Amino acid sequence: MAHAHDERTGEPTERSELPTDERLAFVDEYPSAARITRLCFGVSFGALLVGALLGIVQALHRTNVFRGVIESSDYYSVLTGHGVLLALFFTIFFLSGAFTWGTTRSLGRDLPNPRFSMAWFGLQLGGAVAVATAIFGGFVGEIPFEADVLYTFYAPLQAHPLFYAGLAAWLVGTWLAGADWIRSYLRWRSDNPGERVPLQTFMVLTTMLMWYVSTVGVAVEVLVFLLPLSLGLIDAVDPLLTRTLFWYFGHPVVYFWLMPAYFAWYTILPKLAGGRLFSDPLARVVFVLFLILSTPVGFHHQYADPGIAEGFKFVAMTNTMFLLLPSFLTAFTVVASMEYGARRRGGNGYFGWMKALPWANPAFAGMALAGLMFAAGGFSGIVNAGMNINSLVHNTLWVPGHFHLTVGTASALTMMAVSYWLYPQVTGKRLQLYGLAQVQPYVWFIGMALMSNAMHRAGLAGVPRRTAEPQYDQFTFEAALGSIPEMRLQIAVGGTLLTLGAVLFAAVMLATWFADRGRGRLRVDSHLPEPVSGPEDAPRVLDNFKLWTAVAVVLVAIAYGFPVFSMVADGPFDPAAPPVPVGVVDAAIGLLPG
Amino acid sequence: MHVHRFERVWLVAALGMIVLFVGTVTYGAVVAGYGMVDAEGGQVDTTDPAASEDFREPGVYEGSEPGHYDVYVETRRFAFVPGTADPIRVPANSTVTFHVASVDVLHGFEVAGTNINTMAIPGQKAVVTAEFDEPREYGLVCNEYCGEGHHDMAGTLEVVPEPEFDASTEVQ
Ligand code: HEM
Ligand SMILES: [Cu+2]
Ligand SMILES: [Cu+2]
Repeated sequence: MAHAHDERTGEPTERSELPTDERLAFVDEYPSAARITRLCFGVSFGALLVGALLGIVQALHRTNVFRGVIESSDYYSVLTGHGVLLALFFTIFFLSGAFTWGTTRSLGRDLPNPRFSMAWFGLQLGGAVAVATAIFGGFVGEIPFEADVLYTFYAPLQAHPLFYAGLAAWLVGTWLAGADWIRSYLRWRSDNPGERVPLQTFMVLTTMLMWYVSTVGVAVEVLVFLLPLSLGLIDAVDPLLTRTLFWYFGHPVVYFWLMPAYFAWYTILPKLAGGRLFSDPLARVVFVLFLILSTPVGFHHQYADPGIAEGFKFVAMTNTMFLLLPSFLTAFTVVASMEYGARRRGGNGYFGWMKALPWANPAFAGMALAGLMFAAGGFSGIVNAGMNINSLVHNTLWVPGHFHLTVGTASALTMMAVSYWLYPQVTGKRLQLYGLAQVQPYVWFIGMALMSNAMHRAGLAGVPRRTAEPQYDQFTFEAALGSIPEMRLQIAVGGTLLTLGAVLFAAVMLATWFADRGRGRLRVDSHLPEPVSGPEDAPRVLDNFKLWTAVAVVLVAIAYGFPVFSMVADGPFDPAAPPVPVGVVDAAIGLLPG
Repeated sequence: MHVHRFERVWLVAALGMIVLFVGTVTYGAVVAGYGMVDAEGGQVDTTDPAASEDFREPGVYEGSEPGHYDVYVETRRFAFVPGTADPIRVPANSTVTFHVASVDVLHGFEVAGTNINTMAIPGQKAVVTAEFDEPREYGLVCNEYCGEGHHDMAGTLEVVPEPEFDASTEVQ
């Protein structure tokens, strides 16, 4: 056979530099980093499973297919849980685990202090549990907790203080996690002066620097305004200012969802496809572009806000469009790496090479399908970013349609796919229920194709997002493409398939967790091949983190300095809006005119 | 730094596309004159916009020029005033400027299926202008979560034939 491969890993055997019996699992080399990664993954997968179960409740409820599970007024507790558990906790616990693995692996050294690592994990977990308690307390009348303010928690709607305190604790936990990786890097640096930063560590550090720059906004929002407001220490806030602080963080967090996926597409996917990364230097350029361009774009979530001059919106839009560049470059790398791998595996023809890819390997299939959907998500994102076209889709179902392709598939499906490859290495256990794992990415893909296309079209008809019952007495929506009942059906069926996909994933992970070690040889090995063009081709200035951070801060000052100054100039609490606690609703309904 | 030839072609093409996108939007804003919601409306009282100088009692007002109308709308949990209890009525072939302000939390003001779509943020007045040629009924939706009754917050906008529009009862 001309092209013998190891069927299990998808990597041609002759490429693997380690003989089979010498392949060590990550857990054997770095037990304490492996433990942190396992713990982070455990929380992440738990959040995914619960979030997905809330997802099907929503999908059925809002399409009027089945409304028996919750009252319509409880829909918003469900939606808050779904948004927070998936968009914040599933993604960022996964990131914390994956980055712990990537830093350790690429630096070739364990994290400096296992107790410190446990401390940041504990803080993240404690914060997340507090937030979840505040949200789910909303279902139980006797419990005073209430936090159905959605994951954007716009003031002056006001949640229980536990919600904000938990968010703050969790955030500090993520800061300390970053500090842990930076510390590990600095130690490595003093032992290896003059050496190029290993690629995975480079990605971790640029992503974390971006996180530090951008979370300042939400930290100020929560600690200076919302937590004191919920505790009754201050009487009012300026809703436009707090909303602006939220979106200052709210767009970069999108890249925090995406960076772990890019990290995997650059470093793991090429190997699984059967080849290796093309260009290490270009990967570095992409991450630097994200660091400097991600934060000054938040106003593109505020195109429809009064009180912000059109000029600032325009600056944000231009910046947003340029932020497409690193994603375009990544799309090139992903496709090129797959083609390179496929041709090495014996594929040929213009498109025929695709058949040679390891579509039965769930880790590969998940990442490749996720990348494919990301292209569609990128397209609808360009529509969102166009500041005048945006008003056609602003706050309609188009928007969840868009981000279920990006975070809900590009990120989420990649994270699941990475787990099929990485989880065995941090546990030393062979992946169980392999057949289920093999179909899972396809189930997700089909489910999302149905749900998101229908959401996009419903959005064009004006159907709003974030509503328990988008059916009104006064009027009906007019569909431009297809019919409203057909879209609702697709959302319900797609949502059901997606939840099935999440349950399959959770089953594989649980079965693997409970399996004994040594039940069969691992199907994966952790070796990552060197890129075609290595770091020696990358200009040294790329590794200058101080420079890029400074550039990022200057760009932020340009984009935000003046508008935030003008919001604060009339007093940081003015125009002063008094809080409206969630849950205190009956009085308000009584005031309904007519 | 070595960049593969195909990669360089791709890079240039991507940059070209980006410039094109920015150009289209700029064209829409500058040449076609599509107006965005911006800071022009100024600030209003957070819980009682009508107490502010440039926000009138909610209702439909005849504008400064013939064929122009100003509609002042308050959004409150969970109604548009006017809009929910009584529909907003304007005549066909008119230019209508909506002035929208919230009295409590964030709301949305969307005329379903059109690009009239703005946020109502306490303390800020949103101003959007649109032309209505044909008589037609439009749905109004609150598209920002505003509390447990959010899904009930809707209303109607009626564009009526000019002869049926009775300025004396509709307009204040
Ligand atoms: C398990 C499959 C999933 C289903 C069935 C599902 C379903 C839905 C539906 C129907 C909505 C719209 C609710 C509304 O606007 O009224 C929604 C919103 C949302 N979903 Fe999902 N989803 C799933 C997975 C995910 C994943 C994996 C993520 C992120 C990683 C995600 C993040 C979100 C977010 C952030 C929102 C918006 C919440 C808000 O507007 O406050 N979802 N989901
Ligand atoms: Cu509302
Ligand atoms: Cu609402």
